[in-house]
Amino acid sequence: MREVAVIGIGKTAFGAFADRDLRSLAVEAGLACLADANVSPSQIEAFYLGNFAGPSFVGQNHLAPYIAGAMGVEHVPCTRFEAACASSGSAFFHAVASVASGMYDLVLVGGVEKMTSQTTPKVTEILAGAGDMAGEGRAGATFPALFAMIARRHMYQYGTTREQLAAVAVKNHSNGAKNPQAHMRKVITMEQALNGKPIADPLTVYDCSLVSDGAAAVLICPLERASEFTSKPVRVRGIAQTSDHVALDEKDDITTFRAVKEAAQKAYKMAGVTASDIQFAELHDCFTIAEIVATEDLGFVEKGCGGPYVLEGKTCLRGERPINTSGGLKSKGHPVGATGVAQICDVVLQIRGDAGERQIARHDLGLTQNLGGSGATAVVTILGAA
Amino acid sequence: MRGVIYTETVVFAPPEQFAADAPYQLAIVTLEDGKRLTARILGDRVAIGDPVELTETRNHIPFFSKK
Repeated sequence: MREVAVIGIGKTAFGAFADRDLRSLAVEAGLACLADANVSPSQIEAFYLGNFAGPSFVGQNHLAPYIAGAMGVEHVPCTRFEAACASSGSAFFHAVASVASGMYDLVLVGGVEKMTSQTTPKVTEILAGAGDMAGEGRAGATFPALFAMIARRHMYQYGTTREQLAAVAVKNHSNGAKNPQAHMRKVITMEQALNGKPIADPLTVYDCSLVSDGAAAVLICPLERASEFTSKPVRVRGIAQTSDHVALDEKDDITTFRAVKEAAQKAYKMAGVTASDIQFAELHDCFTIAEIVATEDLGFVEKGCGGPYVLEGKTCLRGERPINTSGGLKSKGHPVGATGVAQICDVVLQIRGDAGERQIARHDLGLTQNLGGSGATAVVTILGAA
Repeated sequence: MRGVIYTETVVFAPPEQFAADAPYQLAIVTLEDGKRLTARILGDRVAIGDPVELTETRNHIPFFSKK
């Protein structure tokens, strides 16, 4: 297998953009990415797109060639990947495999979602389709409800508190306020986070990520060719995608995501590192409890200790291991199909030293964790300075 | 059918088709044979560890109540 490098990144701002359609967002991110690496669309050998529910949100199918054509990427394989909120993490995983195998040299990976043209109850219904619609979905389980049930059980088994959940939101909003491309650039207080409108007990509106429009893209090539395109290539040190049951009630223990644990172990092994070597991370905080569980599943802390870890400030911007310096899904926004690739962009930005006001001091080895549904798909990627 | 509450939540923001039901309590019930089932709760609110039993099934949705 060949080593793979990220040589270009591009993102739109995340937000609610009434005047933008899905394709224009994806094209903006893709062209920004190509410009970042000074590569022309005609050089692209394949296009991998992550998108969860374009057909449901905007009524458009066949999205990969639809977007590629508008970017000037023509006559090459263009394929859409759907893995719920891990759609573009999965697209990235498969794109890396295609370059590592020697099949292609220059592959563009995009992710996009256009969500805000639907009402909140309709968005809730579409997102619920990432769960088991014949079981939990039919009973009225929304995604906030599934993660609320995870939170309840985590509180019961490990003594996790409302304050610890809220600390995730406060931290991520603090970081997102420094990110010019974040959806909600607003600092919130612990008091606000604790007193939000209830969504699904014990989760309030401040425990839930945002419904956003947005797109992201990265360009990859073999590491040996990276210097042709950039002076700051970033190596894909390790990557793994794994899966688990879709329905929450089919999992033995809902306080842990088995797929994340397994993906992490595979990615660590591939990179030749351990959890303690990871300096910073972009984690899938679709709900505050999800970030807490992720820090445990990735081995950053012992099982059950994720709550105190965030409340004690260990994961804040100036903490020992900054998590979600971008603002995370909570503040940066969560256009679901764009999130996995956006996480890669944010880690690459830190490794390059280009993160501006939110730049951290130790930024040579970062990790992304992208979660689909309530843990049925997990993608973990370890990125390092080349 | 009997079981014990494994976890629960009260849903305040429902999907479109359940808008009229909110707020409603949803739970994962561990049944006597060890299998788990996602169900709705009728009547009094339940907490983790509470014993419950199936009281009715409506539109394929199992409804449990505190025993």
